[in-house]
Amino acid sequence: MTAHDTVETRGSSRPDDDSRPPRRPRRRQTVGGALVALLAELLIIAGAGTGLYVAWTAWWTDVVAVNEQTKLVDDLGQRAAPKVEGSEHRGEAPVLAEPPDLTAVFGTMQIPRFGADYLRPIGEGTDRERVLNTIGLGHYQDTAMPGAEGNFAVAGHRVTYGKPLNQIAELKTDDAIVVRVTDEATDFDVWYVYKVTDSQIVTPDKIETIAPVPNQPGVTPTADDRWLTLTACHPMWSAKERYVTHAKLDYWMPASEGTPKELSETPK
Amino acid sequence: MIFPFVWRVLPGPVALKVLELLVLLAVIVYALFTWVFPWIAADILPPPDGTVDVSPSP
Repeated sequence: MTAHDTVETRGSSRPDDDSRPPRRPRRRQTVGGALVALLAELLIIAGAGTGLYVAWTAWWTDVVAVNEQTKLVDDLGQRAAPKVEGSEHRGEAPVLAEPPDLTAVFGTMQIPRFGADYLRPIGEGTDRERVLNTIGLGHYQDTAMPGAEGNFAVAGHRVTYGKPLNQIAELKTDDAIVVRVTDEATDFDVWYVYKVTDSQIVTPDKIETIAPVPNQPGVTPTADDRWLTLTACHPMWSAKERYVTHAKLDYWMPASEGTPKELSETPK
Repeated sequence: MIFPFVWRVLPGPVALKVLELLVLLAVIVYALFTWVFPWIAADILPPPDGTVDVSPSP
């Protein structure tokens, strides 16, 4: 910043000393020059601020959210399920009543395709600040609960805030999505294993994607219609479209009986 | 100008000034991360949230 030294006008205090190397003659600071210097400084500050904002969005929100989400999973009090393959039930499934409170955490989601350590809490509601930015995965209110006839619809960020659905586009047909619903108070603890059927990219107004029977609004679901739907933004960092993945219930299993085999398999 | 002004008002010898500058920067970054950026994200530039909705989604 040697250019700015010229602003100081106390100049003459330095004694002349011939042993010093000759200094460049001082440039006179003009008003225009001062304005340009000020503008340059403001641009540097703006640039640094913008860079910091990007770092905050792309990195810091993840750090905070993953921390919080890990804690929420712990708070849910899910005990380690027996490490045996329990029997796979395919009939009528036990269903927890939908929590009345926004932000109530009632379960977890594991998706082997996203990595063996992928384990995220699911909260009630899709409120941006209180659910999606903190809890991560949010259950669309008034859609079915896991295991029920209808569509258990879940939204999540694809980037930032822990990005629970960052890898949604990597899901393939028949990939497992394992949901575990836990309610300590009523001793409810059940696995639901869904298998991916299809994915679609739609504009954000396509609420029929989370209809009880996906993409068939108004149709009443039957015993064969136990769906799960994930929605995330598409393309990444954009709000232009939504990436929507549907899955269908394969089986359920009380957590006291064992652990779904899908959780110990590596997806092909 | 701003930077020379800050450098001038920081008291002490150069080593201390550098230390003060680092503390000052840390405080500024903390304030930005804790209050300013969350406010910008919530009220000015909401990032896409991935929900499908009838209302126009930001």
